[in-house]
Amino acid sequence: MSSGIAFHPGLVLILGALALPFLRGIARNVAVMLFPLAAMLLLWQLPESVVWQCQWLGYAIQPLAVDRLSRLFATIFILMAFGGGVYALGQPSRMELPAAFAYAGSAIGVTLAGDLITVFVFWEMMAVGSTLVIWSAGTKPAYAASLRYVMIHLLGGMILFAGIAGHLAGGGDAAFGRMATDSVSHWLILIGFLINAGAPPLSAWLPDAYPEASWSGTVFLSAFTTKAAVYVLLRGFPGTEVLIWVGLFMAFYGIVYALLENDVRRILAYSIVNQVGFMVAGIGIGTEMALNGAAAHAFAHIIYKALLLMSAGAVLHATGRRKCSELGGLFHSMPLTTICGSIGALAISAFPLTSGFVSKSMITQAASVGHMLTVWLLLGAASAGVFLHAGIKFPWFVFFQKDSGLRPADPPSSMRWAMILFSFLCIALGVWPEPLYRMLPYPVQYEAYTAAHVLSQIQLLLFSGLALFIMLRWLQRTPTITLDVDWLWRVLLPALARRIGAALAVLQKHLVGMGGGVAKSVTASVTCGRAQQGMLVRTWSTRGMAMWVMVMLAAYLVIYYAR
Amino acid sequence: MSAPSHWLDEPRNVKRLWRGFLALLALTVAAELAVALHPHFAIEALFGFNALYGFGACAVMIIAAKGIGLLLKRRDSYYEADDE
Repeated sequence: MSSGIAFHPGLVLILGALALPFLRGIARNVAVMLFPLAAMLLLWQLPESVVWQCQWLGYAIQPLAVDRLSRLFATIFILMAFGGGVYALGQPSRMELPAAFAYAGSAIGVTLAGDLITVFVFWEMMAVGSTLVIWSAGTKPAYAASLRYVMIHLLGGMILFAGIAGHLAGGGDAAFGRMATDSVSHWLILIGFLINAGAPPLSAWLPDAYPEASWSGTVFLSAFTTKAAVYVLLRGFPGTEVLIWVGLFMAFYGIVYALLENDVRRILAYSIVNQVGFMVAGIGIGTEMALNGAAAHAFAHIIYKALLLMSAGAVLHATGRRKCSELGGLFHSMPLTTICGSIGALAISAFPLTSGFVSKSMITQAASVGHMLTVWLLLGAASAGVFLHAGIKFPWFVFFQKDSGLRPADPPSSMRWAMILFSFLCIALGVWPEPLYRMLPYPVQYEAYTAAHVLSQIQLLLFSGLALFIMLRWLQRTPTITLDVDWLWRVLLPALARRIGAALAVLQKHLVGMGGGVAKSVTASVTCGRAQQGMLVRTWSTRGMAMWVMVMLAAYLVIYYAR
Repeated sequence: MSAPSHWLDEPRNVKRLWRGFLALLALTVAAELAVALHPHFAIEALFGFNALYGFGACAVMIIAAKGIGLLLKRRDSYYEADDE
């Protein structure tokens, strides 16, 4: 451990999380804003090199290593901790903010880890922090969802651990760098990463658990786990072709399920999977432009997704409702929330002059430059689909459509300011992308605002909107859910377990019955032998004994010679 | 409460918005005459490709979602017994 002033920005938030429960009132509010600011300051003072290193069990451990990619992700995670912290200032749960800060600090720890062992440690801390955030909601469904959530993440952590252990045992270096999918252990690492990204087949953990957190908890949850997974995929597996198809699957899965969904926050949760799909596909394409695009998209996405969930959280906070079929017409009394939510919706749809446009178009452009026609077409269709489910469906059903008669007011000032800050960032990044482009891992030779880009994107989006409004009747909300793979571990496996349990119970009964019978007959025969004058108890005559001994010896002799 | 209080509550204004939207759609397609799109793929060079593709892709996705919904939709109380 060297370098005097260098301190780990993630640890600032984790230590801050330990201090927060002891603070009250204004001191606490100031601390909530100060810890992320301090972390940001420290982060940008760190040189681009390995800052902390040590030896442990013969492995070179680098708990603090900085390069362009890690700094980009650490920056957005700290920014998110700040914005989310401000938004959650009025959260009555005393556990949620500390848990969220520990969670954010661990995510920053993952991005600043130079070796796989440190990655794993922070990875598991993220699972704990996020589970605590879900618990803070304090409801029964949240508790049940958190158990399912932590089960999947512990499974993912185990797979990741097996992969890392295999990698090290196979003579691999502990350093976290690019890996090829050439061995079982590297595949295990990839699978461990993908589980946290919300990739199939276990993707349902995300829309199952995130919407159950409190109105502010979901805002934190939306940012860290999946984007830390995007970061480790960017570092470990760029250009791995299978990721293109995994990513495209995620993009369409998210759209289709979000279109069917009635719960506002579950729509937005499915849309996280959809957005991470774009990033994963970009990582799979693997050119410098695609990787830049994936990284930039993660950065932009964290801001607008948090903004969308803040506006949904404001509605939940004010009305206690989160179903489209029970909402509508809120623009009358929540103008600020409506505007901020709509800005988030435009940004996620990658409308020109918003952050999504300058980031996502890099990924599609990379597919285009690489002459990947199928990938390019599918990315285009998925972009149109984002506008459908998040760009229009979310604001339409919540803030407009038929009037629900609800007239809640805009939320308290801490929540309003957080939404205003993130709305500002969505537009600022869209209008002036250069600062973001300068932070990207590779030099950017990309011009987002050409007349051709702008026109084709506007055409694509507006005609998607036309399709939606023409087919609106097909999308009328019903109080339904759509079964997802979590059905396997919520219904099928428990049913199987009950069935097998019942079968075992029957078997046990039979065995006990049978065993009872056997035991009875054994006892009977033993008693019979040992009873008075029984075979084993009665006195034998000396003559008889001598004769039996002779018979035995003779038999022995015969066997001896016959051998 | 339900008395129209906002300009968006007036059906007349909603109709105006619709007309504006349709005009905007026509405008974006017409703008292709003025802007060179530098297509990378042959299919992209078709006139109004992005408009057609956006509309078609969305229609297909909505229909696909509807189809999947027929199979997999359940009442939203479906899981409630398990969460007890």
